[in-house]
Amino acid sequence: MNLVNATRAEFSKLLTVRLWWILAIVLFVYVGFTAGLLAGVFTGLIDSTGDQLPAALADVHLIVYSSASSIGYVFPVLLGALVTTSEFRHQTLTPTFLANPRRGQVLLAKVITLAVFGAFYGAVAVAASVGVGGAVLSVTGGDAMLDSEDTWLLMARAVVAMALWGAVGVGLGAVVPNQVAVIVILLAFTQFLEPVLRLGASVWEWTARLGQYLPGAASDALVGASVFSIAGPGGPSASTMMLEWWQGGLVLLAMALVATAIGYFTTWKRDVT
Amino acid sequence: MATQTSINVSHLSKSFGSVEAVSDLSFSVQPGQVTGFLGPNGAGKTTTLRILLGLVAASSGSATFGGQTYRELPRPLAMVGTALEASSFHPGRTARDHLAIYATAAAIDRTRVDLVLDQVGLGGLSRRRVGGYSLGMRQRLGLAFALLGDPRVLVLDEPINGLDPEGIRWIRAFLRQLAEEGRTVLVSSHLLSEVHQSVDSAVIISRGRLVYEGSLAGLESTARVLVDAPDRAGLVAALRAAGAAIEQVGAALSVASLGAAEVGAIAHRAGVSLSLLNTEQAGLEDAFLALVGAESPPGGVPATTERIPA
Ligand SMILES: Nc1ncnc2c1ncn2[C@@H]1O[C@H](COP(=O)(O)OP(=O)(O)OP(=O)(O)O)[C@@H](O)[C@H]1O
Ligand SMILES: [Mg+2]
Repeated sequence: MNLVNATRAEFSKLLTVRLWWILAIVLFVYVGFTAGLLAGVFTGLIDSTGDQLPAALADVHLIVYSSASSIGYVFPVLLGALVTTSEFRHQTLTPTFLANPRRGQVLLAKVITLAVFGAFYGAVAVAASVGVGGAVLSVTGGDAMLDSEDTWLLMARAVVAMALWGAVGVGLGAVVPNQVAVIVILLAFTQFLEPVLRLGASVWEWTARLGQYLPGAASDALVGASVFSIAGPGGPSASTMMLEWWQGGLVLLAMALVATAIGYFTTWKRDVT
Repeated sequence: MATQTSINVSHLSKSFGSVEAVSDLSFSVQPGQVTGFLGPNGAGKTTTLRILLGLVAASSGSATFGGQTYRELPRPLAMVGTALEASSFHPGRTARDHLAIYATAAAIDRTRVDLVLDQVGLGGLSRRRVGGYSLGMRQRLGLAFALLGDPRVLVLDEPINGLDPEGIRWIRAFLRQLAEEGRTVLVSSHLLSEVHQSVDSAVIISRGRLVYEGSLAGLESTARVLVDAPDRAGLVAALRAAGAAIEQVGAALSVASLGAAEVGAIAHRAGVSLSLLNTEQAGLEDAFLALVGAESPPGGVPATTERIPA
């Protein structure tokens, strides 16, 4: 009944059902496919424009590799939200709180566990984006830039971002304990609402200033590159409207902590009937 | 058992919005015996047990194990074993993994997992996913969870639900054995008949309030005797004279507060020969139903009758 035992128990919970590796496989395929596609498209663009590279395309390899987190981040959040809501859905909060009545400790153990799993997902996603994306870059005549320090820094930050996203997922699951609702909210926000908001925000300067605090934008700031930074109607200028990498990290961390705290007081401490 | 622990519930109340599930409930449960916690559906049994276990917050009052609340226990799972009615399992997990997780969380030796699974008869099925378990198998797994920490106190909510006759016999004997070892055993049920063979004393509640606390024998003395005689007027007079309360039930007379032997002796002394003398089999259940304020089945069909020739 201490934090170490609580965390070990949370690890066992995750490892004894199939969800974690199914999501990991889908993540690898999804990110690998996207990174490969981006790499192919960008080298094609570079070829057609000759040597006159648009400024934003100078770091093609970073944009390709950053797809690990810029599109893969939904997986650790989903994992965190699913394992948390499954405790409500299958009423396993009862044995959990019987074994350890310190509910805050249990929730903290979950956050720690999902941060570790998030980091693992980060490693899987980076392996996919660098493995497949880098291969396509090399084959199509680009440069994989694997000996560049920037490349390795980006890979490390992507892993950190994914770890934070895992923690955000726990908080989200505690705030919205209904499993179906949380899946719908998560997919609607990450796959539709946020991309639209980010594109829309880049139109004016003041909206762009707000837009950089959107979760996905903060995550991309932490990682240091994103396909979104060149896709806006504002073009490359919008890409300059990005938080510092450490600010992006703090925004994610704050989101994880605030969501978890709200979940703790609203649903986690409630009567288990 | 080196030390024994009682359960103490004192002036406990709990409201869910406007529903008062438990009101000013006080009782205690002693070690070394099996105590039945009885009441009809919705009486507040599960709510009381969940408060006792720290899962639900009381509106007022207290529920403790020898003075300590569940949350205050240094090692709750090793002190109190619990099986609640809801099947709280992840269907995709095996029984073994399920128990191992909570053993880890509560710092209980992993070797206990296989031990308790064998004890409840799930040894051969422990590596199967719980999603494929039958109701009875889930009930057994719930019991295995309760036994995980080799606890001094057992709190079981409707453990007999869903068990086959062999399983019911087994659990009755098992509860007896646990009590004989000096443990405190509290078993809830909405049917007295389900547990009356295996409990020593009973706590009966209805609509959140205590209606009876004490031995089953004490409850049984309120059972009725059915009696009749060709000379019914003479019989009534004799019984009245002896101070019995008499009621007409169907074609017979029902006597509360006296045993069958006493009724027979009174009739004999008065020279009234009987056509019927029978202790109602459903007497205990009727006493229970009378206590909890439900309608007793009309007539109370006698299961055995002794006819005394006129
Ligand atoms: N979470 C809840 N929200 C609202 N009302 C509740 C809740 N839990 C229980 N109740 C109400 O409290 C009362 C007592 O319920 P409880 O489950 O404790 O009864 P019980 O004695 O266990 O019944 P049963 O024999 O059916 O299991 C019921 O009226 C029930 O509707
Ligand atoms: Mg109940």
